[in-house]
Amino acid sequence: MRAIGIVLAGGNNNRMRELSSKRAIAAMPIAGSYRAIDFALSSLSNSHIGKVAVLTQYNSRSLNEHLSSSKWWDFGRKQGGLFVFTPTITPDNSFWYRGTADSIYQNLNFLKTSHEPYVVICSGDGIYKLDFNKVLEYHVAKKADITVVCSRATPGTDISRYGVIETDEDMRITTFDEKPFFCKEAEPLISTGIYVIRRRQLIEMIEKAQEEERYEFVRDIIIRYKELKKIYVYEHTEYWRNIASVEDYYQTNMDFLKRDVRDYFFRQYPDVYSKIDDLPPAKYNAGATVKNSLISSGSIINGNVENSVIFKQVYVGNNCTIKNSIILNDVHIGDNTYLENCIVESRDTIRPNVSYIGEEGRIKVVVEKNERYLI
Amino acid sequence: MIRKEMIAMLLAGGQGSRLGILTSDMAKPAVSYGGKYRIIDFPLSNCINSGIDTVGVLTQYQPLRLNTHIGIGIPWDLDRNIGGVSILPPYEKSDNAEWYTGTANAIYQNLKYMEYYNPEYVLILGGDHIYKMDYEILLEFHKSNKADITIATYPVSWEEASRFGLVITDESKKVLEFEEKPAKPRSNLASMGIYIFSWKVLKEALIKLSDQPGCDFGKHVIPYCHENGANIYAFEYNGYWKDVGTLTSYWESNMELIDLVPDFNLYEEFWKIYTKSDVIPPQYIAGSATVSRSIIGEGTEVYGEVYNSVIGSGVTIEEGCVVADSIIMKGTSIGHGSKLYKTIIAENCVIGNDCELGVGEQKENKQHPNIYCNGLVTLGEGTVIPDGVKVGKNTVISGVTTPSDYEGGNWLDSGESLIRADERLA
Repeated sequence: MRAIGIVLAGGNNNRMRELSSKRAIAAMPIAGSYRAIDFALSSLSNSHIGKVAVLTQYNSRSLNEHLSSSKWWDFGRKQGGLFVFTPTITPDNSFWYRGTADSIYQNLNFLKTSHEPYVVICSGDGIYKLDFNKVLEYHVAKKADITVVCSRATPGTDISRYGVIETDEDMRITTFDEKPFFCKEAEPLISTGIYVIRRRQLIEMIEKAQEEERYEFVRDIIIRYKELKKIYVYEHTEYWRNIASVEDYYQTNMDFLKRDVRDYFFRQYPDVYSKIDDLPPAKYNAGATVKNSLISSGSIINGNVENSVIFKQVYVGNNCTIKNSIILNDVHIGDNTYLENCIVESRDTIRPNVSYIGEEGRIKVVVEKNERYLI
Repeated sequence: MIRKEMIAMLLAGGQGSRLGILTSDMAKPAVSYGGKYRIIDFPLSNCINSGIDTVGVLTQYQPLRLNTHIGIGIPWDLDRNIGGVSILPPYEKSDNAEWYTGTANAIYQNLKYMEYYNPEYVLILGGDHIYKMDYEILLEFHKSNKADITIATYPVSWEEASRFGLVITDESKKVLEFEEKPAKPRSNLASMGIYIFSWKVLKEALIKLSDQPGCDFGKHVIPYCHENGANIYAFEYNGYWKDVGTLTSYWESNMELIDLVPDFNLYEEFWKIYTKSDVIPPQYIAGSATVSRSIIGEGTEVYGEVYNSVIGSGVTIEEGCVVADSIIMKGTSIGHGSKLYKTIIAENCVIGNDCELGVGEQKENKQHPNIYCNGLVTLGEGTVIPDGVKVGKNTVISGVTTPSDYEGGNWLDSGESLIRADERLA
């Protein structure tokens, strides 16, 4: 065990529209049976990083519920474990987390009382599989102070959501543009929000930043120290997506309709773990037609489903049509309903005979709470 | 001192030979059921849902699959500081070493286990039925009658009654007589093999009968107690109860799950059935697929057609396949264009391209006409079938088969058995 893990799961932004009104982005359901944070936690666990802190403050109820037991990711061990840190009031601090660096500062004891030499910091809203041991080896080989894991942006990526990075030939960072409006390269390197850093180095930098009343990890540590410290890029060449906007969230879910993406995440070693819900297998009644869709356990399908992702415990009524849509957990859809280009919020109950139609590129988020008739 | 009001002893050591090739490598309670479960999940879930947190599972025949499935009981919340689930295999004693020779003998050999928990009542369960039952109601019945033994019974139809062990009771449900498979039944209450014993009565009877060879509850213990004037009551259970002891009843019971609102509903919030599930991803139904009247497990990929079937997790059904009236357990893959009718496929099989299973005329199975019947094709665990093979009805195949195993390289006639026990896919 050479490293401990920190998952930054505090965040929220208005790009998620109604979807984040009741949960942190890290708790967003993904790919039918997972939540976003499962990908970071599974990668940490599969890299044998057994001591992990999740820092969270925004609407953390559904995240806490998901993390109610550490056994799903195999963290419940005598050495290490999974820790969830929310802001607390102490005699000398009564602030919320004022930024990512501040959230680490407020839990600095976690770092100080550990003995592992390195820290892996990652965000809870990335969808990927990564062997952190490889990043650690790279970090040591480069004699780096900080290693930033980057991915190539695909054409059409909204780069104003990311940190855009340029490097020299040795992969040392030369420029770091946080959320730029414009970028001259078509496929620039973007930061995945995953960093490797020596534990003592991190403590020192965080304490320094706090003294100067600086609270943002990217702005006040990475960008501020990029000349003074050796900050290197590790390029992750396999699948990586960030889901922190409705469009990206929709697209990432739809990516799982591709066989190669499913093979990579679902059938190739190592596995992605998640909380087990003890649901029965999905059921298809007479009259169901399902084409090119993901269906999760506990669902009962009576109608038509096409190019869609159906999460757990969804009931689709007779003669419904669901097209190019995402139906989150525990949704009841009445008969003869038509949904196209929609994301239906979890625990919704949709009445019979209604229709919701979104547009490509402007997905409709449906929140409809009704009395549910027990059937 | 530890004291549990009631502990359960679950008899899971039997082979269940009438399930044929399905139990060649595992005990009957470990056989898959309903797309993601194993048969033992039902009594184990019933225990925890009834508030029984101490369960001894008696194993003997091929216990590996049961051991890995149960582990320390986490999926059923049976990992406890005091109690929880314990696997109890036969063991060597200082003066002798014997197998479990009968149901009651197995319990007798674990007297120490029961003594440790110092219970007032002991619940005896089998591991081969599909049902949801609240054992707490059974216990209340036992207590309110001040019974020494309570036998759970199930009303069967009068026509079938002569196939069962029956109990004859008075109006207060006190048992007067037992009848084992009578020609002219006087009662239709069949014993379910589920008993509550008051601990003192059980202990005394087991010690008294310790020299009885093949000591069995139905044949020896209960008649012994009856003769000695024990209060025996019959509890009438009216919910869903299905024996899955034969391939035909196993197949029927799986098929009943597909009904629109089945008698046995797995989708109820109340009384959940728990299992160890190691596959999490959703299932994928491709654009080329048709799925109707079926249940499908996690992580399965369907590119072909599936009708009236129960499909387990991690199965791949390629384009052009037709799967009808079949049961496919986890991890199996079926090649392009293969057609399966009334087929039961155990775990981790590989079916080649363009195979046809369950075709041809009806012929009785030559070796085991009572096991492989009703037109079913049964494939054992890890079976491999090469491309283009056609297989008749009432057949059984096991092991890695090659074209040379088949008539003309591609045909297995109805009623034939093809067992290559030496070679099997890991």
